[in-house]
Amino acid sequence: MIEARGLSKRFQDKKRGEIRAVDNVSFRCEPARIYGLLGANGAGKTTTLRILATILEPTDGTALVCGYDVVEEPEKVRANVGFLSTATALYPRLTAQELVEYFGRLNGLDEATLKKRVDDIFNRLDMNSFRDRRCDKLSTGMKQKTSIARTLVHDPPVMIFDEPTLGLDIMTARTITAFIRECRDRGKTVIFSTHIMSEVEKLCDVIGIIHDGKLLTEGTLAELRQRHGEHDLEEIFVKIVTPLQSKVEV
Amino acid sequence: MNLNAIRIVYSKEFTEWVRDRRTLISTVLVPLLLFPIIMVGFSALAVALVGKAEKETPKIMILGGEDSPQVLENLRKVDYLEIAPYSANWREQISEKEIRAAVDIPPGFQAALGRGDAKTVTIYYYLGELKSSLGADRIEKFLKEYRDEVVKGRLAARNVAASVLTPFDIQQQNVAPPEKVSGATVGGFIGYLVVLLCMTGAMYPAIDLTAGEKERGTMETILSSPISRMDLVLGKFFLVLSAALSTAALSVLSMGISFSLLRHFNASSGSGRGEAEGLLLQLGPRAVAFIFVMALPLAVLFSAVLMTIALFAKSHKEAQSYLTPMTFLVVIPAVASLLPGVELTPKLALVPILNTSLVCKEIMTGTYHWNSIALIFASTCVYASVALFLAFKTFQRESVLFRS
Repeated sequence: MIEARGLSKRFQDKKRGEIRAVDNVSFRCEPARIYGLLGANGAGKTTTLRILATILEPTDGTALVCGYDVVEEPEKVRANVGFLSTATALYPRLTAQELVEYFGRLNGLDEATLKKRVDDIFNRLDMNSFRDRRCDKLSTGMKQKTSIARTLVHDPPVMIFDEPTLGLDIMTARTITAFIRECRDRGKTVIFSTHIMSEVEKLCDVIGIIHDGKLLTEGTLAELRQRHGEHDLEEIFVKIVTPLQSKVEV
Repeated sequence: MNLNAIRIVYSKEFTEWVRDRRTLISTVLVPLLLFPIIMVGFSALAVALVGKAEKETPKIMILGGEDSPQVLENLRKVDYLEIAPYSANWREQISEKEIRAAVDIPPGFQAALGRGDAKTVTIYYYLGELKSSLGADRIEKFLKEYRDEVVKGRLAARNVAASVLTPFDIQQQNVAPPEKVSGATVGGFIGYLVVLLCMTGAMYPAIDLTAGEKERGTMETILSSPISRMDLVLGKFFLVLSAALSTAALSVLSMGISFSLLRHFNASSGSGRGEAEGLLLQLGPRAVAFIFVMALPLAVLFSAVLMTIALFAKSHKEAQSYLTPMTFLVVIPAVASLLPGVELTPKLALVPILNTSLVCKEIMTGTYHWNSIALIFASTCVYASVALFLAFKTFQRESVLFRS
């Protein structure tokens, strides 16, 4: 379970002054549900998810992940989270198996459990053919599978995906979306960010639309359709974001 | 602090480190091959080149001297010079290395000798060109011998003994043991190299484990794992330190082997006799152990400083541009220790890098000033701790880790 309470993140930029990347964002993600954070580039999705994964610290507010506070107990939060994004690359000189084992050990798994877990994941994801191949020699699809194995090795109850299909071909992207669904089916709390409407429509149980660091609306797809009188998610998104966009432009 | 987590990070970094060819070159190959190439290779090459040049009979030209037939006759008689026929473009011939040197016998030289007047004989040569210098030296040798003969003749004509010119002899005698002589001459160089190689050994892994992680996109991956930032920094730091110390250890080992080879080379070529033998370094286990102990806090200092600076960079290239000026900051105090007259004082014992270079020099001469050693070790430990603390703090800064 994830509960964000008034999360804010401000950065100082030499040219632009203070930037509010995330501005008083609150939401809840429940177990066995997929929460989709939908927003354009620079809307604050990555910063929000990085705060939830304790990679960044909030300027104001906090969040609870599996009951642990992201500010007070960041290491416990990370032990309960699997974080995957296109920015989370692999160590090129380790083999796929070594990489997964490394993260298993960092998560405190003992050797017997680790071996069992690695064998299980490698079988499930059909990774045995390249388990001893170095990561810099893997294809994009193999790399994505290895990244998935890394996030799964400690079997975390919460999964955070930051634009996980960005720049991937259709087949690799399908592997990722199938994996996200599987996480939900296994009862995990899932939050993922994207700007691809079709992904949100296909995957998400709850959708939050974020723009300029603010969470403008949230609800199920049906609720959003009803609330905004539009069927197409893209139209709903534009309707919500445009008044604010024109205000910014004025 | 979680020792197991530090060990896990260290062993992973170690695995990646040994699989990197660039690491093998900078940490293993360079220190292992540098000294044999510099010392044995260059020595052998220099000896061979000088030997070859010495064996050659230099071709020279005589300018003038038509009215000094005796001088010319004597000059033509010596077997260590070959006389080329006169040509007006003799300057060009020297520059083009067709002849090695030319000697200008002034008009009326022989007659002036007879009168007892002093005239100047000029030797023309190509400055900086070995064979030309050897040619000029041989002309000078002939002229000095000829001058001595003239002086002897004049003294004999006046019934004065030749010994009047040398009423007493002067002799210099070394009393310092060979290890002190070698320490004083090449000891400073050892300290300089240990300092420099400690830094170069740490530089590449420091960049790879910080800016390299950012560039490859693995920084976010590792930061999303439950390891604490302190344990992560320490795991990485110990790897950088290992690289620095391995480079220093391999260079000291390579140095020892090189000196043994050089001694063997000199003994077999017969050039290692007498004073020159004293210049060969005696690297005893005690001296090696002490140099290593003194290099330890310095390696900690370098590792922490290099990691901190490299972390600010977004890429290998940017990190290299930050760290290259660091090389000058390290080389300047290290070179200062080589300057004549720069000796270890309580004030200099507090100057980082310079103090370690100077103490290495002292250790190489077999001198152990325990107070200075303790002061240097302690002060370098303090600097190293401050640098390590800065590295921790830098790893906590989001603006540095996610600089875009």
